[in-house]
Amino acid sequence: MNRLAQTALLFLLGATLLHAGTTDLYLRYVKEGLRPLVLLAGAVLIATAAATLWYDRRATPASAHDGASRASAPAHDHDHHREPRVSWLLTLPVLALILVAPPALGSYSASHTGTALTKPFGFPALPAGDTPLRLAVADYAGRAVYDDGRALRGRALKITGFVSLDRDGTPYLVRMGLNCCAADAQPVKIALSGDIPPVLRPDTWLEVTGTYTPRRTKDPVNNGPIPYLEVTTARPVPTPHDPYDETWNT
Amino acid sequence: MPSRTTRTTGGTGPVAITKTAPQDSGERADPGWGRGRGTDPGRDTGTDPAKEEGRHLNSALLLTLLLLTAVMFQDPIRGSLAAPVMQSWMTVFVAVMVQALPFLVLGVLLSAAIAVFVPPSFFARALPKHPALAVPVAGAAGAVLPGCECASVPVAGALVRRGVTPAAALAFLLSAPAINPIVLTATAVAFPGNPEMVLARFGASLLVACAMGWLWHRLGRTDWLRPPARASYEGQGKGAAFANSVRHDVTHAGGYLVIGAMAAATLKAVVPADWLGLAAGHPVLSVLVLAVLAVLLSICSEADAFVAASLTQFSLTARLTFLVVGPMIDLKLFAMQAGTFGRAFALRFAPATFALAVVVSALTGTVLL
Repeated sequence: MNRLAQTALLFLLGATLLHAGTTDLYLRYVKEGLRPLVLLAGAVLIATAAATLWYDRRATPASAHDGASRASAPAHDHDHHREPRVSWLLTLPVLALILVAPPALGSYSASHTGTALTKPFGFPALPAGDTPLRLAVADYAGRAVYDDGRALRGRALKITGFVSLDRDGTPYLVRMGLNCCAADAQPVKIALSGDIPPVLRPDTWLEVTGTYTPRRTKDPVNNGPIPYLEVTTARPVPTPHDPYDETWNT
Repeated sequence: MPSRTTRTTGGTGPVAITKTAPQDSGERADPGWGRGRGTDPGRDTGTDPAKEEGRHLNSALLLTLLLLTAVMFQDPIRGSLAAPVMQSWMTVFVAVMVQALPFLVLGVLLSAAIAVFVPPSFFARALPKHPALAVPVAGAAGAVLPGCECASVPVAGALVRRGVTPAAALAFLLSAPAINPIVLTATAVAFPGNPEMVLARFGASLLVACAMGWLWHRLGRTDWLRPPARASYEGQGKGAAFANSVRHDVTHAGGYLVIGAMAAATLKAVVPADWLGLAAGHPVLSVLVLAVLAVLLSICSEADAFVAASLTQFSLTARLTFLVVGPMIDLKLFAMQAGTFGRAFALRFAPATFALAVVVSALTGTVLL
């Protein structure tokens, strides 16, 4: 890959990162906190591409025709054997992000990974009131398993997550937790009982209203605890702004 | 612009190419993806300047053609990638790239700054003369590079090129991703009930890094390291040299990062998690299994503590091994080390690091945890 192609590739890579960082696209892959770094990296790559072109232009005018440019000739010379074809692989992430933009991890990973529920540090008091209480999947699961649902009894709860079916078709409401990027994403699962919609398609986002039930099961993958939720209503909702839960263990 | 670049290079290129093509590291990194092989007709062009010119034109042209073709056939491409396994594979692949690229860029900027603005004499003054003493100093200096392992490889490469003794640069390479404040804080947050985990991770990682440095000093041979041949940026202005160094390192190390990301995505998407549970009960086996898992998963060192914390069925010692091995050697790092220092180096260095890291963390775990 020659210098010009490399410069073009750097520019494309930088533009792709900027594109991902300025839209919500990056949230499918990395945590929100990485956004400034992603944007900065994109800007640096574009600036490098621009600087390379600029220095080349400046180095060549005196010798535009016979290529006797003293300043850049050694570097060119060197490029030939130092720039291996492995650089071509950098087109893959560019194409993957621009053409395919794969979705956030969903039911496939959830059904292949055990629930990652860990004991929370504590259980802050929940706001009182009659309206259904909004809880995160991991918050409900943590309170149900490690606090025996003490603060949850007798309250209507509203939980949002996506549907995942395990091998024998048992439905779970899942949210993937994220620490850094999707490679370390892990699911927390809630099993559903009660008034479940008759047809559940994996990866559908649902807002489920229900109540606490002491019933529990074990994750077939890693024997982790999975609490049940007694469903009263469930309605499909669009994918949230950030598909991952980034709060559950930070 | 293209023709101008072509002309400047056409006259001087051929000799260099034919001489050094066999040791081109792209050669070995190009096994199965076909892309490089199929798209690089310059491989067997001879010394004929006319053909050389064609090659340079082609490289940029091919990139354009490749992108246009991909855009034209985007529907079939998307269709063939619709299976859940492929989707999940691509998500993890893109995620590793998006997450690692900023840190790679950070490391590359730092390495370019070292290469261009820091004179070699600085390191000669900053580090103790004797290599055996320089190793722990460099290892401890790893604590100030706030990044993950992708940043440390180009920086270590720049250090070697600036005349730092390889033993010290390697100690830095191994310790930097594991003992910096960000990673240690993440560890403390992930293991709220076991603060000794932070101490164990710090101690074991620094120990392994120094031990590997000393081992290299005793047994290492310079000819295993790829000679630090590198564009001497002397003839150019500082700005041009800086831009060239960044461009070179990003396209070079970035390519290897892609290989590592693909390997990690494959393992994450394909390997079922169930078989992990089988090994958890056995004290020795569990340590080995988590060590291997750390290598295969290639998780960023800033996030691995959270993954380790969730592997609750394993002992603390086994999880410490996961945390010590992961930042020092994994698939992504191996590919990048092979790219920066040469394959002969990586093939010797990686297994030794792995073995030493497992032994040291098992011992540390037995004493501290």
